[in-house]
Amino acid sequence: MTAALSVDRLEVVFDRFRALKGVSLEVQSGESFGLVGESGSGKSTLLRAIAGLAPVASGSITVSGKKLGARRDKAFYREVQMVFQDPYGSLHPRQTVDRLLQEPLAIHGFADGEKRIQRALDEVGLGTGFRFRYSHQLSGGQRQRVAIARALILEPSILLLDEPTSALDASVQAEVLNLLEEIRRRRKLTFLMVSHDLAIITHMCERLMVMQSGEAVEHLTAADLVERRVTRDYTRNLLRASEGFVRTA
Amino acid sequence: MSRDPTSTLLEVDDLRVTFPTRTGRIEAVRGVSFSLGRERLGIVGESGSGKSQTGRAIMGLTPPQAEVTARKLAFDGIDLLAASPRDRRALRGKRIAMILQDPKYSLDPVMSIGRQIVETLRTHERVSQAEARDRALAMLEAVQIRDPARVFDLHPHEVSGGMGQRAMIAMMLIAGPEMMIADEPTSALDVTVQLDVLGILDRLVSERGMGLIFISHDLRLVSSFCDRVIVMYAGKVVEQLAASELGRAQHPYTRGLLNCMPKIGADRHPLPVLDRKPEWAA
Repeated sequence: MTAALSVDRLEVVFDRFRALKGVSLEVQSGESFGLVGESGSGKSTLLRAIAGLAPVASGSITVSGKKLGARRDKAFYREVQMVFQDPYGSLHPRQTVDRLLQEPLAIHGFADGEKRIQRALDEVGLGTGFRFRYSHQLSGGQRQRVAIARALILEPSILLLDEPTSALDASVQAEVLNLLEEIRRRRKLTFLMVSHDLAIITHMCERLMVMQSGEAVEHLTAADLVERRVTRDYTRNLLRASEGFVRTA
Repeated sequence: MSRDPTSTLLEVDDLRVTFPTRTGRIEAVRGVSFSLGRERLGIVGESGSGKSQTGRAIMGLTPPQAEVTARKLAFDGIDLLAASPRDRRALRGKRIAMILQDPKYSLDPVMSIGRQIVETLRTHERVSQAEARDRALAMLEAVQIRDPARVFDLHPHEVSGGMGQRAMIAMMLIAGPEMMIADEPTSALDVTVQLDVLGILDRLVSERGMGLIFISHDLRLVSSFCDRVIVMYAGKVVEQLAASELGRAQHPYTRGLLNCMPKIGADRHPLPVLDRKPEWAA
């Protein structure tokens, strides 16, 4: 099986700051892969570099066997779509949901827009009643559903998820996580998901990579994490922190 | 100042906060009652549950267009609703302090951290500039900032989120308040930093015998940190219980909230979701 996505010794440099220091990873087709780490660890930068939103200094990114150049073409975005962290910032405030969803269809020259918009909204559980609303008329969870619908409307095979639920309430988070899992199962999608929350990553992903200051610290499977089979102190600290506050007597 | 551990610091009875809007009156807080001693009390709820507005009403920071009513809202015997703005201002910062969520927005960006702490102290106590500086440095040390003299002269944009929140705690504690309201004090921080900040807060609160109201959306974090937890939904208290009793929570909302979070090692697909009942809000 060829990897759906592979990243080889990727370096991202902002001015003089090395945000990613030679990171490599491979995600198999249909797999869900997680990236965890603290803020500034480079996990979002890695995702953005894949999407073409961060300056790659060296190294390579390969999607479905095809090596990516400096610029992403349309075909790339048909295959790879991204969902951002903040549904309050990632939807155009002056466009209706309908208009938001039409944009990618227009760019890629789809003729059957009507049908696709309806299907995408149904798929994320919004129904057509939401179609002509503006994003400020929606709750955080509904907005994130629209963002997911927008990412799905081109039928990509890879979804890049940058903390898709961290701006949402716990109960809404559960709904969105369930939705993402269901879509992945139904469409056999490949996920690359960033989160600072180890519990979410072990819930959603089979394998994961722990990052710290731009480097990959450790590669683990979700089962390793559950069994506490971690080798690095950094990961152990993250694990301990995820268990909540412990009063030292 | 007497610090009797059994005394009641704050009494809240039937607190209501109402906002007039174009489409009618919105009751953000609808009849909340509780009392606080020298303990750690958690207020938990999701967005829109009224938890922050409860904290702000106690602090006297409700927006002017909103209406605050209560049968009783008393801090150490002082009727807060009858107190003059001048009296309330004297209470704020001196006897009741508040920590907000994100140090990026709650610290003054154009003033050095040290000057902000000194300003707080000198607003409430008559101390010389030199003494104020010494006390600010000591306070920065108390919140485990390693190089207080350096941080004293830094501006908020020059420090990390965790450091900023420590500075914020230092600023709030410098005047020696008896009660502290912490509104999501660690939500903007990384998980590991979160625990450091909570550890500092915990130590200072117990050393100084303060009452703490810890407002958060994170039920699990609150229950690991607080003595008692109040769960709010749609402006009302749906359940009040000891943090250690959380596993035996009665209300379906509390249980749903606990249940819907992914846990390491629990293989639940799909995650249970909250089935909101209209009668919870009734």
